[in-house]
Amino acid sequence: MAQYVFVRLLQLVPVLFMASVAVWLLIYLIPGDPALALLGPDVTPEQLQLARARMGLDQPLPVQYALWLGRVTRGDLGVSYLNGLPVRTMLAQRVPVTLQLTAASLIVALLIAAPLGILSAVRPRSWWSRVASGYNALAMAVPTFWLGILLVLLFGLYLRWLPTSGYVPVWEDPARALRFLVLPAITLGAYVSAILARFTRAALLESLAQDYVRTARAKGLRERAVVGSHALQNALIPVVTVLGLQFGAFMGGAVITEAIFDYPGLGRMLLQAILTRDYTVVQGTILFVVCAFVVINLLTDLAYAFLDPRIRYS
Amino acid sequence: MTVERARAPLSRSSSPGTGARLRRQPGSLVGLIVLITLTALALAAPIVGRYDPLLQERQSRFQPPSLRHFFGTDEFGRDIWSRVVHGGRVSLFTGGAVVLVAGVVGIPLGLLGGYAGGWLDASIMRFLDFLLAVPAILLAMAIIAVLGPGAVHAVLAVAVVSIPAFARLTRASTLALKEREFVLAARAIGGGPAYLMFRTILPNAASPLLVQATVAAAYAILLEAALSFLGLSTRPPEPSWGSMLNTGRSFLYQAPWYGLFPGVMLTAAVLALNGLADGLQRALGASPLGRATASTGT
Repeated sequence: MAQYVFVRLLQLVPVLFMASVAVWLLIYLIPGDPALALLGPDVTPEQLQLARARMGLDQPLPVQYALWLGRVTRGDLGVSYLNGLPVRTMLAQRVPVTLQLTAASLIVALLIAAPLGILSAVRPRSWWSRVASGYNALAMAVPTFWLGILLVLLFGLYLRWLPTSGYVPVWEDPARALRFLVLPAITLGAYVSAILARFTRAALLESLAQDYVRTARAKGLRERAVVGSHALQNALIPVVTVLGLQFGAFMGGAVITEAIFDYPGLGRMLLQAILTRDYTVVQGTILFVVCAFVVINLLTDLAYAFLDPRIRYS
Repeated sequence: MTVERARAPLSRSSSPGTGARLRRQPGSLVGLIVLITLTALALAAPIVGRYDPLLQERQSRFQPPSLRHFFGTDEFGRDIWSRVVHGGRVSLFTGGAVVLVAGVVGIPLGLLGGYAGGWLDASIMRFLDFLLAVPAILLAMAIIAVLGPGAVHAVLAVAVVSIPAFARLTRASTLALKEREFVLAARAIGGGPAYLMFRTILPNAASPLLVQATVAAAYAILLEAALSFLGLSTRPPEPSWGSMLNTGRSFLYQAPWYGLFPGVMLTAAVLALNGLADGLQRALGASPLGRATASTGT
């Protein structure tokens, strides 16, 4: 196990190296002078010269990269040139907001997927199973942004049950936070619920066909106990993996949902930064999300190996 | 050259009956019909659209759907039906162009890595790992951050995001095929590496790639629509499904149909492609790596 962890950590090095180079290059790939891009068009040549020296742009490229990487590893991601705030502070404000949405959407996904997946595996030829596979196909094809619009239309504008935009921290007013979370969480969770339901069904079908399930039935256990405590436990392992992968993807990938519901998370910050050409913020956000994504994927893989004693990578 | 004979025991055994098996998949048949209809509508957009998609009629803003305006009108009095069928051109073009670009780059990468092995394979794989290490929509957004917003840039960004799936799938098939007798035979007769990769191995890896192309097209259409929705792809006044949904959501109360029809078309296109991919997969007995079904899921 220790060796496996070590190998996996080692594999991260080239990925993170390439990601850091790509993110660093971002600012050089933009047509024109990065100093000019940062300061805007209304600068004097002296200011520009000064900025270039301060940014280290007069150094050779590898030196510039090393300097940048040194700052980043110390947690200095630079300053937004739109509002002058350190990118690190901006990230610290947005991460809990996105975490709240991500957690809520995964809970919604589980609540939908568990009954769909389990029942359609236990009764594979029933009408219920057909409903489930219809739901899966639809939930995977409906674009997130359209689903969000439909939900706003129905629950926000016609029925007026729920607010359609905004954010309340869950630790300040849980009840109100929940009302604000319902629609975005369903929007974001619908797609994951379809994936989860598929995986749960496939995994459960497989474990129901195993010998130990036949043994459990043969010794007279009720079907409920056979499914619930024997088959399901083993079927849960791939489900955990899917959850982990989605969690990583949502850290920065909830851009669309956040845009629809005016939800002030990481994705929205990134979109705004791209549209306003606030490149230090673009750099910092992408770097953070890539690192979070990679680390969460690693933890998921490790959890997988930990949960299933048969898996020992060599 | 007589190397020709060494090719394709696989493709020959799988080709007869594929069409018949495909016809037995109701999902894929419906998908194919929907897809052909959408393509026909997009191609004939100037005729079936009846109105100029950019024509503004101030006096007929926010008209509900009627015989005059099938899908109603928008905030400038433009005909939404016309804009939807014209917008279909953007989506279907994106789907096709992305598959083409990602395939042309990804398939040789996979062939090369799988065939050559060693450091070349390792560096290609690490590069793909890196592309996969970034959530797809984020990578596309980062590329657009560099190139600037626009439809062509969006297609490029989506194509880059789609490369790894093609490359990995091709590599896996290549690894499995390169030790097979017919490949060894072709090499023994004197086939060079390029000949072996492109003429001997590739034709036998075609089935899973065909499924992958269908899935990738659906994924590309969704991702491009998402980017237009965020204002990073087609810019107004050019019609596209994503950008229409984005504007439409500001007028949901006055004109619910505005946010409805582009979404219906988009969902129909993706459902159709996914259904087709499903049917192809069953008919060909091939399974694509990567995303089994397309969705942006953000």
